[in-house]
Amino acid sequence: MTSRRIRIDVPALTRVEGEGSLRLEVRDGQLIDLGLSIFEPPRYFEKFLEGRDASEVVDIVARICGICPVAYQISALNALESLAGEPLTDWARSMRRVFYCGEWLQSHALHIHLLALPDFLGFDDAVSMAARHPDAVKRGLRLQGLGNALIKLFGGRSVHPVGARLGGFHHAPSPDDVTAIVEKLKAAQPEARDLTHFCAGLSLPDDPQSFICVALHHPDGYAMESGDIRTSEGLTLKAHQFEQHFHEHHKPDSTALWSDLDGQPYLTGPLARLNLNHAQLPAFLQQRLNEIGLSLPSHNMFHSLLARAIEIEWVLHEAIERLSKYLLPPSAHTPLTLTEGVGYGMSEAPRGLLWHRYALGQDGLIKAARIVPPTSQNQARIEADLHRSLTAFGLDQDAEALRLRAEQVIRNYDPCISCATHFLTLEKHER
Amino acid sequence: MARPRIAVHKFSSCDGCQLAFLNLGEALLELSEQVEILHFLEAGMNDPATPVDIAFVEGSLSTPDELERIQQVRANSRYLVTLGACATSGGLQALRNLEGRHDEWRDAIYAQPEYIQTLKEVRPIASAVKVDLELWGCPVNSDQVLAAVRALLFGVSPVDDRDRVCLECKRQQAVCVMVTQGRPCMGPVTRTGCGALCPRFGRDCYGCFGPSETAQTDTLAQRFAGLGLVPDAIARRFLMINSQAPAFLQTGRVFFHTPAGDQDD
Repeated sequence: MTSRRIRIDVPALTRVEGEGSLRLEVRDGQLIDLGLSIFEPPRYFEKFLEGRDASEVVDIVARICGICPVAYQISALNALESLAGEPLTDWARSMRRVFYCGEWLQSHALHIHLLALPDFLGFDDAVSMAARHPDAVKRGLRLQGLGNALIKLFGGRSVHPVGARLGGFHHAPSPDDVTAIVEKLKAAQPEARDLTHFCAGLSLPDDPQSFICVALHHPDGYAMESGDIRTSEGLTLKAHQFEQHFHEHHKPDSTALWSDLDGQPYLTGPLARLNLNHAQLPAFLQQRLNEIGLSLPSHNMFHSLLARAIEIEWVLHEAIERLSKYLLPPSAHTPLTLTEGVGYGMSEAPRGLLWHRYALGQDGLIKAARIVPPTSQNQARIEADLHRSLTAFGLDQDAEALRLRAEQVIRNYDPCISCATHFLTLEKHER
Repeated sequence: MARPRIAVHKFSSCDGCQLAFLNLGEALLELSEQVEILHFLEAGMNDPATPVDIAFVEGSLSTPDELERIQQVRANSRYLVTLGACATSGGLQALRNLEGRHDEWRDAIYAQPEYIQTLKEVRPIASAVKVDLELWGCPVNSDQVLAAVRALLFGVSPVDDRDRVCLECKRQQAVCVMVTQGRPCMGPVTRTGCGALCPRFGRDCYGCFGPSETAQTDTLAQRFAGLGLVPDAIARRFLMINSQAPAFLQTGRVFFHTPAGDQDD
């Protein structure tokens, strides 16, 4: 009887510092144990938010993630603004959506070009890939830059933008600045179309599997900054019902909390969104789905790459539609009076559902906070996927091949740990 | 001549300052022709132990492992540059130092706290090793980073611009939000570098670039009281992104956890 024990360690990661590791135990050709453990130094945001003024929350939570600060700002604002009597203006709600489009654009473009494509084209990193595929890499960097420019239009800067506030924005962009960016967004549309075709032309592994999809859904359009939760199992939930069905638990070998939906792993992120909401895409994108032969819902996790490309085309279209009708508002924000209570809010971060809850005191200070980020929600799903994908790939493959496949599988979820290209080192024990 | 060797290391942080490189666009490809980037996980380079000319360090020290790792980075680097507020002053997460309740907080969040290895206090990089250049900001911007690379490579001292945000407001002809709107702006004691973004958006600066030269923090705190801020609200102005920077900490401590009319406790 042979027993091969394979251990994959993650030595140093971005966002998942120090001791993330993947542990595989194979005996007699069977995968008997698999554990993805993540060690990210806890920063205790939920605790030091206590005692801060409600107006400070938006600038604090941005710092949870430098790659998706807008998502943290919008989810927090949704939660706190639910405690206000006054509604936001149509202008503010519409421009929040455009602001968020900027973040999807930069984050998806960064993911596709700097993190995912080197896998599929056989390079160590995007810089070495650029020597052979300069046009593809430069196209990606331009799209990423345009996403950043859209965030800057409303936020002053793309990382930890300073424009969002309770009730709207601190500042309304000038019509001239808006006109200038609309021209750039239009010019980028053919590039985004080419990107979708480019991604569809890659040889992606075909390995369908069953999983539950969870995404926001909004009757008025493809959900992003607002909506109710919808699942592929037919559940519909408001933000305040989240905790009745989604539970977080702490695995001993991890500092990230893991979520389940009524005991089951589930997927959140671009492919889950596309699977649940594709019918709301505009006609030209329905046609694009036909052109590239992507039938939805898809159960191939590698289609996450295509979902990101399609969403890049969608955010360009959405931002152009809204900014083409731009008018300077009388005021960029509505003064709000927040009442004591518990506020719930959520939105679709580039990598999935981001849920916040705040208890606000009579004094206007935060009494308690709870934040459930997308990466912790996807963790159980990643583990289930690895279990299945590595078995299908062949557990008798050599350690290096297993490591590379494991990395590719994990990167489909665009977790914050995917920031590292070669983040798994494999240690093989045979006994 | 061999290209200068560069590494970018991440400690406890949000990854936002590394984006000063990744957001360069095509300039990133030009930079990678001028210098050799050997370690930068987010960009796909993984060689943490190799000797380099310049090591950029993002993030603060918050675990025992990080205390060991920073020694290795220092030993392998000719110049060590801190990249942003976390590395330079401890950053936003150093707010937990103020309460001094690390164990209690850890136990409140994690069901199995015995698996959580964190230091009692968040520390800036300079508390453990010699730092050659500090880049302030939450986040730093691409211009700061490129200027630092060029200066170090040409062997000249990088310009350390410690002017106040107020001076930048004047240069940009931004209307003063404290004078005209009575907002508790941190601009008079905060170092420039952002381009006076917040005042130009009609809002008060919240100090994300840390203390300026000769920061008159006590005087500004008195001014905030004059604007009607209660003591704890004054404390929160100073104790935010750079709460551990001595000038901000000293003034913030005076007002911290003191409700209006009760300054004894």
